[in-house]
Amino acid sequence: MTFSEITDLLMAQFGPDVIQQANTTNPQPFLVVQKTAIASLCQFLRDDERLFFDFLACMTGIDNGLQASTMEVVYNLTSIPYEHNLTLKVVMPRNADGEPLPEIPTVSHIWRTADWHEREIYDLVGIRFEGHPDLRRILLPTDWQGHPLRKDYQDLETYHGIKVK
Amino acid sequence: MSGLLDQKFKSGEGGVLLTTAEDLLNWARLSSLWPMGFGLACCAIEMMQTFASGYDLERFGIFPRPSPRQSDVMIVSGTVTFKMADRIRRLYEQMPEPRYVISMGSCSNCGGPYWQHGYHVVKGVDRIIPVDVYVPGCPPRPEALIGGFLKLQEKIRNARLTEDPAPTALLAMEAEEAVKV
Repeated sequence: MTFSEITDLLMAQFGPDVIQQANTTNPQPFLVVQKTAIASLCQFLRDDERLFFDFLACMTGIDNGLQASTMEVVYNLTSIPYEHNLTLKVVMPRNADGEPLPEIPTVSHIWRTADWHEREIYDLVGIRFEGHPDLRRILLPTDWQGHPLRKDYQDLETYHGIKVK
Repeated sequence: MSGLLDQKFKSGEGGVLLTTAEDLLNWARLSSLWPMGFGLACCAIEMMQTFASGYDLERFGIFPRPSPRQSDVMIVSGTVTFKMADRIRRLYEQMPEPRYVISMGSCSNCGGPYWQHGYHVVKGVDRIIPVDVYVPGCPPRPEALIGGFLKLQEKIRNARLTEDPAPTALLAMEAEEAVKV
């Protein structure tokens, strides 16, 4: 299935409120979708006979910085039997200092591989995944402060008495 | 053809060998340096090559041990992250005296490529444990690691029994850090 066919199918199923934008100018075309609908959308993408996206190839968290004040999660889906791909994007507002971290529904119950991907995004970028079974840091030590891949991350002075800089 | 030992010491010409306790002890220590069998990153691949048949560290009596309690020397072979730093410190503390540390490669010497932006990397393993020999390289070739061992042997050969043991050096290092902070 081509990107436009998939877009039409999803548009018919979910409507323009959920499928907010279809970008075809990018070398890798992508859909921008509504945050709250991501889990049901992904469930449909995996379960529908015509789409059969059985493989979540990658998941990425992006901090667009203080000026844009948005954060993104990118989903790269692949259908192994049909050999077609789809990129989904969710854009959400970035939290200011002292505010709780941005939240997005988990897809770990749809693809098991999302479990660790979501933990990594939480660990390094600081996006929480609602409904994740075990949202702990995965790479950094549990007592680490902050999320290092954020644009405004400041290095710690010391960690366990060891100078960082 | 007889071996080196037979030629030099068992020639039948004399049965007595005179030396000092210090020299004998140093010779024994430097001739059977047992490193701890652990690796941290890509340097560990070069370290494994060095242990293997091509470079054959065992000809120097160097033979990896599976436990810190049986080891004489720790090769810090790779990037020391803050998560690993606590573990390295604990492993070092579990080693018996006399103990030595070889810092292998740029990462463990000074942070290497993570010097500027590595939020997660300790900028030199000498910030957590005292280091005897630094081996430069990214990663160092097996010849360089062997060179590091030869340097360490040289250091042990010239060691004095009256010198402070490593824990004293460690405590001194901690006191120095405490003054800085």
